[in-house]
Amino acid sequence: MSADATTLGGPRSGAADVLVRFARNHAWTLGLFAFLAVLLLFTKYVNSYYNLVSLANTATSVLPLALAAVAQAIIVMAGGIDLSISSQMALVSCFAAILMQAYPGDLTAVGIVILALALGVLLGAINGGLIVLTKVPDIVVTLATFFVWAGFALLVTPKPGGAAADWLKGLVVGSVGTDLLPKALIMLIIVVAAIWIPLSRSRLGLSIYAVGSNRLAAFRSGVAVNRTKFLSYVIGGLVAAFAGLSLTASTGIGTPVPEPTYVLISIAAVVLGGVSLAGGVGGVFGPIVAVVVLQLIRDDMTFMHVDPNLGLVAQGFILIGVLVVGSLVQMRRSRA
Amino acid sequence: MTLTATDLLLEATDVSKTYGAVVALDHASLSVQPGEVHALMGANGAGKSTFVKILTGAVTPDTGRIVVRGRERTSHSPAEARRNGLVSVYQEPAVIPDLDIRDNLRLTQTPIEPFRHWLNELGLEDLDLSSLARRLPLAALRIVDLARALALEPDVLLLDEITAALPANLTEPVLRAVQQQGSDRSVIFISHRIIEIAAICDRATVLRNGETVGVVDVTAGSEDTIVELMLGEDTTALGHKKAAGAAVDRGQQTPRISARKLSDGRRLRDATLDLYPGEVLGVVALEDQGQDELFAILSGAERPVSGSLLLDGKAVSYRHPADAIRRGVVFVAADRAEALLMQRSVRENISLPFSARIPQWGWINMGREGRKVDEAVETLQIDARAGAEVRRLSGGNQQKVTIARWVASGVKTMLCFDPTRGIDIRTKNQIYVLLRDLATAGAAILLYTSELKEIQLVCDRAIVIFGGEVVAEMAAAGADEAALLRAAHNLKSDAELPEEAVAGTVAEKAAVEAAVDDTSTRASQP
Amino acid sequence: MTAATGSIGGRNWLRLATLRNMLRDYPLVPLTVLLILLVVVVQLVQPGTVNANWAANNLRQAAVLAIIAGCQALTMLTGGIDLSVAYVASMSGFVTATFVHQPGGWVLGIVVALTAAALAGLVSGIGVGVFRVHPLIMTLGMGLIVYGFSNVWQLRSLQTGAGVPAELHTLGAGLTFGVIPNDLLVFVPVAVVLILLLRRTGYGRMLYAIGDNPTAARLSGVRAWQVLVVLYAISAVLAAIAGLIQSGLSNTASVTLATPYLLPSIAAAVIGGVSIFGGRGGYSGTIVGALILTVLTGFLSIILPEPWRQIVFGSIVVLVAAAYTRVTGES
Repeated sequence: MSADATTLGGPRSGAADVLVRFARNHAWTLGLFAFLAVLLLFTKYVNSYYNLVSLANTATSVLPLALAAVAQAIIVMAGGIDLSISSQMALVSCFAAILMQAYPGDLTAVGIVILALALGVLLGAINGGLIVLTKVPDIVVTLATFFVWAGFALLVTPKPGGAAADWLKGLVVGSVGTDLLPKALIMLIIVVAAIWIPLSRSRLGLSIYAVGSNRLAAFRSGVAVNRTKFLSYVIGGLVAAFAGLSLTASTGIGTPVPEPTYVLISIAAVVLGGVSLAGGVGGVFGPIVAVVVLQLIRDDMTFMHVDPNLGLVAQGFILIGVLVVGSLVQMRRSRA
Repeated sequence: MTLTATDLLLEATDVSKTYGAVVALDHASLSVQPGEVHALMGANGAGKSTFVKILTGAVTPDTGRIVVRGRERTSHSPAEARRNGLVSVYQEPAVIPDLDIRDNLRLTQTPIEPFRHWLNELGLEDLDLSSLARRLPLAALRIVDLARALALEPDVLLLDEITAALPANLTEPVLRAVQQQGSDRSVIFISHRIIEIAAICDRATVLRNGETVGVVDVTAGSEDTIVELMLGEDTTALGHKKAAGAAVDRGQQTPRISARKLSDGRRLRDATLDLYPGEVLGVVALEDQGQDELFAILSGAERPVSGSLLLDGKAVSYRHPADAIRRGVVFVAADRAEALLMQRSVRENISLPFSARIPQWGWINMGREGRKVDEAVETLQIDARAGAEVRRLSGGNQQKVTIARWVASGVKTMLCFDPTRGIDIRTKNQIYVLLRDLATAGAAILLYTSELKEIQLVCDRAIVIFGGEVVAEMAAAGADEAALLRAAHNLKSDAELPEEAVAGTVAEKAAVEAAVDDTSTRASQP
Repeated sequence: MTAATGSIGGRNWLRLATLRNMLRDYPLVPLTVLLILLVVVVQLVQPGTVNANWAANNLRQAAVLAIIAGCQALTMLTGGIDLSVAYVASMSGFVTATFVHQPGGWVLGIVVALTAAALAGLVSGIGVGVFRVHPLIMTLGMGLIVYGFSNVWQLRSLQTGAGVPAELHTLGAGLTFGVIPNDLLVFVPVAVVLILLLRRTGYGRMLYAIGDNPTAARLSGVRAWQVLVVLYAISAVLAAIAGLIQSGLSNTASVTLATPYLLPSIAAAVIGGVSIFGGRGGYSGTIVGALILTVLTGFLSIILPEPWRQIVFGSIVVLVAAAYTRVTGES
């Protein structure tokens, strides 16, 4: 096509155009939502007792995983990946739990929570710093720090133990007002909104997308590439710390050995949630929905009295299936 | 208009940069006066782009001093360079594909109103700022990049081949905009189109092999000086004359390749051409006129949306380059980064096509392979001393490796896309000789080149592509630079090129100013 | 770096660059030096540790890791990765064990295990090669699927019982003449095949080509999907073989037996000089990398309690990778 200036841009957009553009930009998330809706219908069919309250309870159980997915999403958007997320969570979780056991008291617990968050920031900073300074690929660095954080978690507490302050537990257990509004859901919304909304509107947020989308163009546009990558890990570490705290809050203790499937599922949720592994595309909302979808599939397996292991199989299939379809769509689109 | 010898706006001295075995810049220097449009010229590979990258912080020099408005300022990042007043617009737009234009502006803290002003000036008033950058055509992105740079009002604006991807109707406003920079700001303008340089530039610094070989005032007649400086004493070496072949009667011959109305649904609209065995057919076009797509289709890398393709008279449809290669149609890419396995050895690169098909996946006969590779290396005179990793070879040698890959197994039909881009003169000549030899031996060669001189040096005839269609065909004899350039812009043979149009206005302006100067000086005389 | 004089540069520069190039071209040299240094350190810190028995144990253990690391080396050469190896390896050992009391015996079990692995690998390969799904995700998904199916299989076979066949145990754990591990009988041929595959076959060249520059490969007529489908099948079969040996070595059959091998297999390949971006590296380096890691983990488990073991292990991986990147000047 010869670049005819007058054919670019087109007529000024009206309300319909805004809607269309919104739909196009968020096509993936909308599709995922549709899938979730279908899944909910299926669940209701399989288990007639399932209702919105049950859905709300699901929110409670996936809180840690949802937060982990958000952390991973932010890092992946900048073009990186973090294989050490689950052990970051374990370390922060144990750290908080042991301290709260040693120094009980509601006020001290506040201080401990703040310390725990700072620890998460530190862990993220070390990850990001190593990646930027040594120029070793993200996968390798975070693979190695996975062990380091897990080791420290074991140092903090060789066996699951510790305690959690009551108010902390109260933040995620139970619901507010009606059963439809579990506290976990509220906490999820508050934490994610507090971090993501300012981030996505800020220059740092734009820089994160820029670096993930095209590192060279970002560099030439004057973006501080290294600093952006570093900060994406720092923020990821902060959110992972929240995830670890939510683990402690919901279980009441700290478990030093990270759940083996956490990392893989966080990556799966991120990809299912529409965040491209190549970076530059996506948001945090999609991965959260994806986490719910994955959990719902597991629940469905239980309701159908199907072997939970087949639930794993199903998750694997869905993950791959979605991506195959996604890439087919991509291939078709790039040919159009 | 006289320029008083005020303080220089920009002075770069002793700038050097070496990449491994390649010396990109060798104590080069550049000085720019305020208010001037300064051309930075040199053959491909002379170091222009590296210089720009150093000035604007994208690359750190090994040595060098950069002084802006009297203060020493070496920039270590594009952001820092911007603070120092240096902004560049590269050939590849520095626009983030996954963000819309508005966000791209926010990212670089570009003020919107000036940006919109420049968009209007450059002819893109209708651009919707909420369009995703990925969805805009390349020409639009380059204008956006340029408008963004202009809106920042830098002290020194560096433009690296800004008009390369632009159609004629956008070229003119760009050149005018370059002219309109204030008297305390300057533009460094890289282009290899002498006509453009002559039209809008005041002075020119010429680089050759990484060194500054001359600074010239751009006036009528200085073109020859510039060209001579660019090419050095090898000017005569360029005069490789091909044997003045008698006009071949093509009437009876079946063309090796016959394309009819090929289209890829986007840039290539309707390409029709015939390529005969034993000839070198040149292809000329401005950037992005569909020539990339044409070559991709002919070599099997892409499938056409419509049209037909005949090989030796029989219809063919390729689904993969392997299909074309199997039938003897091979492709030599311009971008060596695209064609070479940089981390692998010369040997692996040359023998790459040998092992591609499943039957060849088995044991390699190292002796036989070694002989074939050595033969090819010798034929092309490749200096493969650094042979363990092709990345370490010089640009010219790298390009020879890409050609050697096909020569090693005998060439029937070769599609060469700008094979001599960025290569030294000596290697260029070697490649020209090779292409002619291949043609004489019966191969059919299609040669796209961005250096118009090559057409008369190497080709028997030439076709010109514009807007996705073949708009002209000429015999080599009549295919001089001016004729080709006119055809490439799709202008009638006597029409004015955009550069000439701008030059005309500039000349008028200068004449008027000179007249005003005269009257005022005369008036002030007692 | 001082200014260049002449067309190549000052003497200092030349030496540095040549050294770098040498290290890039012969990565085995610094690796072997590192291994020897490690062994020396072990002997110094705990005198008497290094003897024939110790060597045999390490070799025996390293053989399993080296085979699984081979899967990573091969896939990483194409710019991919295989996260399903641990689950496939575990599945293989486990399935074989469940056939012990069946007609056909464990031999049939091996056949079934290898076939199942090859099938899983084929699916992964089709996903990566044909549908362009990112290898990380594809193999992750396949891993979960294999893991799930293994668990289901486990439930089905609880009745019939399972046990590691004695022959496998001898193969995996036995020592001939007290010093030569039997599993070398499997490992050495595998290693030879892999090394020759990479260096002397057209297929090996294809792996490097696709990893270095997929565009160039395509333009030269390489159909990447064919190469990749075969690749992931090979990787899965290799993992299955490793799983058999591991099962014999530890005389257990479990669906999670090999999970601890996943991350170390990646580390071994990286340390061994295989670039995660593809296009460079080889199997011989990976073998040394596996040896280094095995000696290291063994050493650490003697002198350090578990937590510190992990911390030091992770730190060393980062250090070695960083040193490698710095020394070879990878960008």
